[in-house]
Amino acid sequence: MGNFLQYALTGLSAGSLYALVALGLVLIHRSARVLNFAHADVATLGTFAAFAVVSRGQSLWVALPLALATGATVATLFYFGAVVPAVRKGANPLGLVILTIGLALIIQGFTVWGWGAEPDRFPFPLSDSKVWQVGPVFVSELAVGTFVAAGVAGLLLYLLTQRTRLGLAMRATSENLPAAQTLGIPTRAVLAFSWGTAAALAVVAGVFLAPALLLDPFFMLDPMFKGLAAAVLGGLNSLPGAVLGSLVLGVAESLFGGYVALEFKSSLAFVLIVAVLLVRPEGLLGKEFQERV
Amino acid sequence: MDLVETYREELRFVRKPIPRALLLLLLLALLLLPWWGPRAWLSRGSLVWLFAIGVIGQNLLIGYAGLVSFGQAGFLAVGAYTFGHLRIAGVPFPLALAAAGGAAGLVGWLVGFPSLRLKGPYLAIATLGFGTATYQIFANVEKLSGGRQGLGIPALEPLFGLSRDVYVYLVYYLIFLLFTGAAYNLVSSYVGRSLVAVRDSDIAAEAMGVNLTRTKLLAFGISSFYTGVHGALMAQYLGHLEPQSFNIAESLNFFVAVIVGGLASVEGSVMGAAFTVLVPALFGDFRWAVPVLFGAAILGVLIFEPLGLSGIWLKARLYFRMWPFR
Repeated sequence: MGNFLQYALTGLSAGSLYALVALGLVLIHRSARVLNFAHADVATLGTFAAFAVVSRGQSLWVALPLALATGATVATLFYFGAVVPAVRKGANPLGLVILTIGLALIIQGFTVWGWGAEPDRFPFPLSDSKVWQVGPVFVSELAVGTFVAAGVAGLLLYLLTQRTRLGLAMRATSENLPAAQTLGIPTRAVLAFSWGTAAALAVVAGVFLAPALLLDPFFMLDPMFKGLAAAVLGGLNSLPGAVLGSLVLGVAESLFGGYVALEFKSSLAFVLIVAVLLVRPEGLLGKEFQERV
Repeated sequence: MDLVETYREELRFVRKPIPRALLLLLLLALLLLPWWGPRAWLSRGSLVWLFAIGVIGQNLLIGYAGLVSFGQAGFLAVGAYTFGHLRIAGVPFPLALAAAGGAAGLVGWLVGFPSLRLKGPYLAIATLGFGTATYQIFANVEKLSGGRQGLGIPALEPLFGLSRDVYVYLVYYLIFLLFTGAAYNLVSSYVGRSLVAVRDSDIAAEAMGVNLTRTKLLAFGISSFYTGVHGALMAQYLGHLEPQSFNIAESLNFFVAVIVGGLASVEGSVMGAAFTVLVPALFGDFRWAVPVLFGAAILGVLIFEPLGLSGIWLKARLYFRMWPFR
């Protein structure tokens, strides 16, 4: 029983990181209908920016806003510089996905150029090895910090989308773009804001993940694929679905790794989503989608 | 002015003797490359030919059938390892090649089943999962991957007194021609048209009498057959197999080649393959610049020339058709 709780708790902590990634992916997908494959690389860039600041001896409180700003700026620039012209050229959803792959490759090249491909240790105030015992389970400081950070970010996103006028505009834009334009909503600015917010969420995930792993230009790829899987699992157009999917995935993965086979842990995510999608093609909380001929 | 009365007479209008002669000349020049080109071009040429086969396969799936697959590296691995194990067991090259294609095609057919229900991003994720799972299986099951030192593959024995690199180049070139010709025939046949119909609107295609299940599974099967052959040729070329060479970056390479070359175009696939093989060779000292260049090429293609290199080729041909009378 103690083992089970321990695995579940580890899974929840991992799942909260996936949730940050998945929320960003869903935010972009439901407003712009793009699956953002550059998400990982934008997050990596932001994390490296934080790393550059922290390794100059500044505190994390200086580095974090800077990292968020870096990620958000890159994503916004990408929206205006590439997505808008491509849409004007009549790019289909597949084209837009490929566009994000292009951005991913560019950022990847530049991070390798700027920081090298060797892994670095990310200095972080919360430690991975400092653990507390709560009943039968052990919790590390970092896991608690991750969970709290993800919770705060998720809460802020909830307040933003459900309680502000900007959030209302975001929801309207994602619901029906032409209608939103007719109502005078500056949809382009709103979409750019969505891209920026999504990138900032991913950077938070990156900064909290980096201390647990080593920092190299590809460290976000695996979490991004898990985030994608979680987003699909929960339904690509549903923000609560992204959180639910991530937590389910995190716990399932951790339990599978603990009880069955550690080396096939990552494959489970995809087996799980294929199984769920075959029964519910729109994901756990996604709305039934119809198609026009 | 003659009246056009038969189909045969109509065909005279599209028959272009000069371009055809030029094309044959180009193919002949490439066939004779070992006797006029520098040594270093041979291995690059072989690499382009084998890569082009896989890219054509990917293009049949993405460009013609409109089914997105991020799991190409998985089919590649299946083909390469089938080939490798058969070659080690002493099976001759052509048989092992066919078996590799067949094994990958069978796996592709099976992976195609989710595609009957999933679409767009959902299908992309499911195939991505297949790629990841295959990678993990090969990385963790030593019996398949040959353990820590990898899988060594016996080299191809040259015939007709040719040196080995010349022989490999010629064999790869002929296989490439065979598969390219097959692809051209496929896309202009009933199957090719039904693939395009499914891409443009699967509901409408079904209403027109296209068997959706059969077409989608066939698209996956054919595409992964091509990819499996690519994997086998790559295994033979490298002479050594490690699971690390079949990660997600490999699947992305296919994407770059297809997009840069041009969606739904066989000659575009070949040009895209040449691009993705030759650009890294030119930038040997600046490895970090290769992804940047690939990414920039993708952005440039999608923003300025959605048809890719084949679009540029098409426009150039249109421009020169009436040249200099315009």
